[in-house]
Amino acid sequence: MNEMKLDGNAVAGTLEQMFAFEVTTAIGTCANCGAVGAVGAASVYSQAPGIVVRCPACESVLLRLASDEGGSRYWLEMTGVRSLEVRL
Amino acid sequence: MTTSATPRRRGFTPGRPLAWQLCDVAELVEETPTVKTIVLTAPDWPGHLAGQHVDVRLTAEDGYQAERSYSIASPPEDGQLALTVERLDDGEVSPYLAEELVVGDKLELRGPIGGYFVWDASEGGPVLLVGGGSGIVPLMAMIRHRYAVGSDAPVRLLYSAKREDDLIYRAELNELAARGDGFETYFTLTREQPAGWQGYGRRVDGEMLAEVGWDPEADPHAFVCGPTGFVEAVASALVESGHPPARVKTERFGPTGG
Repeated sequence: MNEMKLDGNAVAGTLEQMFAFEVTTAIGTCANCGAVGAVGAASVYSQAPGIVVRCPACESVLLRLASDEGGSRYWLEMTGVRSLEVRL
Repeated sequence: MTTSATPRRRGFTPGRPLAWQLCDVAELVEETPTVKTIVLTAPDWPGHLAGQHVDVRLTAEDGYQAERSYSIASPPEDGQLALTVERLDDGEVSPYLAEELVVGDKLELRGPIGGYFVWDASEGGPVLLVGGGSGIVPLMAMIRHRYAVGSDAPVRLLYSAKREDDLIYRAELNELAARGDGFETYFTLTREQPAGWQGYGRRVDGEMLAEVGWDPEADPHAFVCGPTGFVEAVASALVESGHPPARVKTERFGPTGG
């Protein structure tokens, strides 16, 4: 067990600020293993220089998020997410 | 309590950007020697769902900012917003919130945030709530919400703390359970039990969950909140005993929260 592990709830505020919708209830599909689940149930590691979100089934990287020091610019890489189902 | 805001669907208002807002500290309640509840007046609060959290931001005089997430303890039906904060001695934000903040101060926050770890009474039960330490806070919002709307959904709480003094909301939980309206509460003290202690005296395990919780056949909804190790152990034990992972929702507290 990794003590640093959190879950999708931990990045809900940052992601909502970027996407402008509540992201943790969105249903993501892992590009690596095809597992389907809510973003809120994903594994989050936020002790790195950026935030890393991993698939809870296969542990491959779903998305990575970094910001500049002032938090005015964000970089989001999400090649590990095949699709995201959003209900508004 | 009066309703000052209508809770929106999933606690989210489409088109409303997640903005920082200043709230007034209306009241401070000492829950335990290390835990305080901060009651806030939030004029622009859009309403929330039980289980959601807020981000709190502190800004130092030199412009340095620190941000932390805190669960909302008050039910959506309350007119004021309550956060319950545990002081972590090596923390950056919680010592300020728990010791230096006084009534009349302003506090900057944004929210409500999250929609995954939430329960609305309209979803019904049965529900199993398992809290470790200050992981009780979002679960308390659910319990208070259940009472505020007069729900009869069967809800059982298993609450683990180190010592008797560390139990937050103990009197309120016992009062609500004494009503006999379908809410039951069970305590376990892992480190030290007082003489005559009636509750459990060990870490939450599969056997305890089986005694307190529901059979998987009852299709209960489980919410588990606490430190990462606690959440992993409880969620794994529930899944091993036959509860579908999708019915076990978790919220982990980080080791360097504070």
